Amino acid sequence: MSSNRSKWSLVLDGIIKNNPTFVLVLGMCPTLGTTSSALNGLGMGVATLFVLVLSNICISAVARFIPDKVRIPSYIVIIATFVTLVEFLMKAYVPALYETLGLFIPLIVVNCIVLGRAEAFANKNSVADSALDGLGIGLGFTIALTVLGLCRELLGNGSLFGWKFIPGDGMLAFVLAPGAFLVLGYLMVLFRKLTRKTA
Amino acid sequence: MVYFLILISAVFVNNVVLAQFLGICPFLGVSKRVSTAVGMSAAVMFVMALATLVTYLLQQYVLVPLHIEFMQTISFILVIAALVQMVEIVIKKISPPLYQALGIFLPLITTNCVVLGVAIQVVSNEFGFVNNVDALGNVSHMMNLGQSVVFAVCSALGYGIALILFSGMREQLEMNNVPKSFQGVPIALITAGIMAMAFMGFSGLV
Repeated sequence: MSSNRSKWSLVLDGIIKNNPTFVLVLGMCPTLGTTSSALNGLGMGVATLFVLVLSNICISAVARFIPDKVRIPSYIVIIATFVTLVEFLMKAYVPALYETLGLFIPLIVVNCIVLGRAEAFANKNSVADSALDGLGIGLGFTIALTVLGLCRELLGNGSLFGWKFIPGDGMLAFVLAPGAFLVLGYLMVLFRKLTRKTA
Repeated sequence: MVYFLILISAVFVNNVVLAQFLGICPFLGVSKRVSTAVGMSAAVMFVMALATLVTYLLQQYVLVPLHIEFMQTISFILVIAALVQMVEIVIKKISPPLYQALGIFLPLITTNCVVLGVAIQVVSNEFGFVNNVDALGNVSHMMNLGQSVVFAVCSALGYGIALILFSGMREQLEMNNVPKSFQGVPIALITAGIMAMAFMGFSGLV
């Protein structure tokens, strides 16, 4: 993994081939719970991206010193530290978004994507590669959440990023719980169709 | 009365899986057979009651008096992880058959966001139907210790009901002819969506 091309493919893999939402099917709780609008999805995606990159960097740097038996608790502590950091930053700079996402910010700790990448990639690769892997997976997650949020907001509210261009109420069910499951299900089908053709 | 409201609210109206999206990963992962779904539900209920009890006490008697509420996320997840390990060891020692039944699910529970989610909810959310009067006569909408544990057990019950119903449906689905692109997770998600719609009928009950 030394050439520039493979560095790029690390990032690209995270977005398409190993897309955490559509292919790996990890981290479903925030995916479904926070995408009632495109902006919320984007916010959650960026928060997770931030934690993912930092925890990947940190874990790949210290993994050599952690005994194998206690590695999972140690990773969780490292991840929880960065999650607390994100909580502070969001409370200070985007309090409105922090309020809307609520419970799902502390729940980044138990997001299987973050721990999954630590376990599957960061603890056996270099710091730079791990950072890129975190960036790719994080971007894949952010894009998936934003697209899901866009669809739900459009169908449920007739607006995009808060800009309302279809008057009236829209189909409320898509903003509420059932819409999340349905839209994600159909998006996953679409993603499979598209990637199968190109691959 | 308040316990009854907690039960209805946690099991049906605010069902952890279908209304709040907590614990979706195991909901999709271990719902292929009814028997594993039952085992998982039992393990979640057990851990959740214990975890909520311990984290509630931790919040009230350690974090709040020391003014370090920001340590909530780190300390709660550590307590839950330690608790799961401990429960595993204890069950292995005192009841091997139970360990056989629950064993494989226990490590999974640490990363099940239902446990952490409910633990955080009971210490930080206000519940409109809870009216506790303290010694000074102030009314508080926060849950007390007993109510918190009941809430945790009821949430786990709601989780179990959703999981078992869903696994029953998935067993039936296996025999059907599903289009190729829909196989696996997508059809499960669409099924869950229709189930969530049914559960929406309960909203506004409490």
